[in-house]
Amino acid sequence: MSPIDFDIAHMLAGLLVLISFLELYQDRLYALLNVYAAHALVLALSVAWQAFIQDAPHLYVTAVIALVFKAAVIPVALHRIIVRLGIHRGIEKVVSIGMTMLAGMGLVALSLVVMLRVTQQAGRLAQEDLAFALSVVLLGLLMMVTRRNAVGQVVGFMSLENGLVLAATGAKGMPLVVEISVAFSILIAFIVIGIFLFRIRERFDTVDVQVMDSFRGEHR
Amino acid sequence: MIVNAVTAVLVIPAFAAMLLAALPGYRLTARINVLATALTLLCALSLFFGRPAAGAYLIVDDLNATFIVLTTFVGFTTSVFSASYIGHELDIGRLTPPFVRFYHAMYQVLMFAMNLALVANNIGLMWVAIEIATLTTVLMVGIYRTHEALEAAWKYFILGSVGIALALFGTILVYMAARPVVGEGLDAMVWSVLVTRAGAFDPALLDLAFIFLLLGYGTKVGLAPLHAWLPDAHAEGPTPISAVLSGLLLNVALYALLRFKMLLAANPGALAPGPLMVSLGLLSLVFAAFMLYRRRDIKRLFAYSSIEHMGIITFAFGMGGPLANFAGLLHMTMHSLTKSAIFFAVGHVAQVKGTQRIADMGGLTETHPLLGWGLILGVVAIAGLPPLGIFMSEFLVVSSTFARAPLLAIVLVLGLLVALGGLFLRLNSIAFGEPRGPAAKAQASYVPMFAHLFLVLIAGIYMPPALVAWFQNVAGLLG
Repeated sequence: MSPIDFDIAHMLAGLLVLISFLELYQDRLYALLNVYAAHALVLALSVAWQAFIQDAPHLYVTAVIALVFKAAVIPVALHRIIVRLGIHRGIEKVVSIGMTMLAGMGLVALSLVVMLRVTQQAGRLAQEDLAFALSVVLLGLLMMVTRRNAVGQVVGFMSLENGLVLAATGAKGMPLVVEISVAFSILIAFIVIGIFLFRIRERFDTVDVQVMDSFRGEHR
Repeated sequence: MIVNAVTAVLVIPAFAAMLLAALPGYRLTARINVLATALTLLCALSLFFGRPAAGAYLIVDDLNATFIVLTTFVGFTTSVFSASYIGHELDIGRLTPPFVRFYHAMYQVLMFAMNLALVANNIGLMWVAIEIATLTTVLMVGIYRTHEALEAAWKYFILGSVGIALALFGTILVYMAARPVVGEGLDAMVWSVLVTRAGAFDPALLDLAFIFLLLGYGTKVGLAPLHAWLPDAHAEGPTPISAVLSGLLLNVALYALLRFKMLLAANPGALAPGPLMVSLGLLSLVFAAFMLYRRRDIKRLFAYSSIEHMGIITFAFGMGGPLANFAGLLHMTMHSLTKSAIFFAVGHVAQVKGTQRIADMGGLTETHPLLGWGLILGVVAIAGLPPLGIFMSEFLVVSSTFARAPLLAIVLVLGLLVALGGLFLRLNSIAFGEPRGPAAKAQASYVPMFAHLFLVLIAGIYMPPALVAWFQNVAGLLG
């Protein structure tokens, strides 16, 4: 592998982590969706680059799915749902932005320390890729726990899933990557349709999950 | 290869799902549902007598044959129960015909997904199957479309999705560990290949993979810090789904975990998965046992009891060794049969009383003797009293633990006793005392419930030597 191949793959994966941080401090739903679209776009580029340098044409399918479905269809659909259901556009946070960013940095450091040490036999590219992928996964989780809005949590889940796709494409020659990314797309489509069909807004008068949690099981 | 028993346990539910999605009419579809699960059960039973060789995608060995037969059996009896349960829901208008059609199709998709997860030899395929099973159960939990049902479905959805996402990361790491040894491509995800070559894998990578898999599939098993979705999903969905969730889906997730535990056991340098599973199991047991005391909803009560028992089973498998594995397998089988029988009873009880609130039901043995005594028998069984099957499996778990780690056994026994108290406290107010709530006749099908309880009773009194030998053999496989 030539150094430039590695550098570009490295840069794209790093960019994905950076955009995950951008997602962490958005406080408007529309802006969050735009940043998520950028996240998916960078993922598509990264997967396409991996397909090119690994000479694995089937990965282009995953790249196209990321580009069309995640970077275009899903953000547009969520945007329309927000308008249609009249969802409050602000994002309620559990923890302040500063604390969230600090926690995020801690998580990235953790994943670098763990993954770089553990994957020493896996080859340099895979090593870096997995470390970045775990960072994206952990940042996605962090986003899910620090948001109260259903839509915010869904975006957190989707960027978590982008991290998984990054890991799967970084694992050279892994079979079933395309099938797994299709399975995940179905899952996400379900979530988005779920928000709409279940009419979380109508049923709960809010997409603030804390209000949804009114019954917590035993208040009956 | 085209038609054999392994493909049949997948093709029959898949075909039935399409058929049921297309057919209107409740009576016909309920019968087709029963027929399809019965056929699947027959095919599964034939796996005891002859089975095809393992391929790149599918495998049948003694371990998963046990799980498949248990799954298809409880799937069959639940479909019989479901026919009368759903009929009643249709009569009172809680479900409409289009939803019933959807429900039946989803029931078969769930059977398909669970069977696929059990026969999958490819760890990626196994993951996809568990994802499908999660999605179908999410849809079924939300089927009543009430505030609580949607909320439970959403909670289950988000937590379940995070769980399977973590499991996928673990799966990718397993592939990364296997790649330098097995080589690139399909073989590095085939479980039967992995387990023979696991000794040469990088132990550090395998350890990390197992942590993710334990957290991921452990969420689906309902182990204690990750269990939050389970009581809601059990309480708000239709009762046949509660029975299948508790009796089967939790086992399927545990089965996935066991397969990876076998991988780690084959690698001398990897961490021992046992202590992790033991501590999660004990935590689930003790936590759920205390949670039993303040339940007001009858289905949530038994959902917590499921967490407790999955804790015991995970604990037993975590202890490992022939005796503890034997006890774990036996306990899993007994728990599946007993818990689904309890949910059959609870489903009809909730229907005749028109509520799931424990405070609004009472004196069940007077108003509905068959249901009442069935429920009592089920609770006696699940609490682990002799002479029923769970007593025997719990006794084995406890005695094998006393021999090796007496301190753990004390915690275990404490948890079991606390749970016993909690269950009987609640049972007392449901089954005895002044009759409360409507006393209308129940339109119930008692056969599945008593069939399960009968099997549990038989197992407690006399285990056929062939069955004992079979379980010993499987316990040996688990290492």
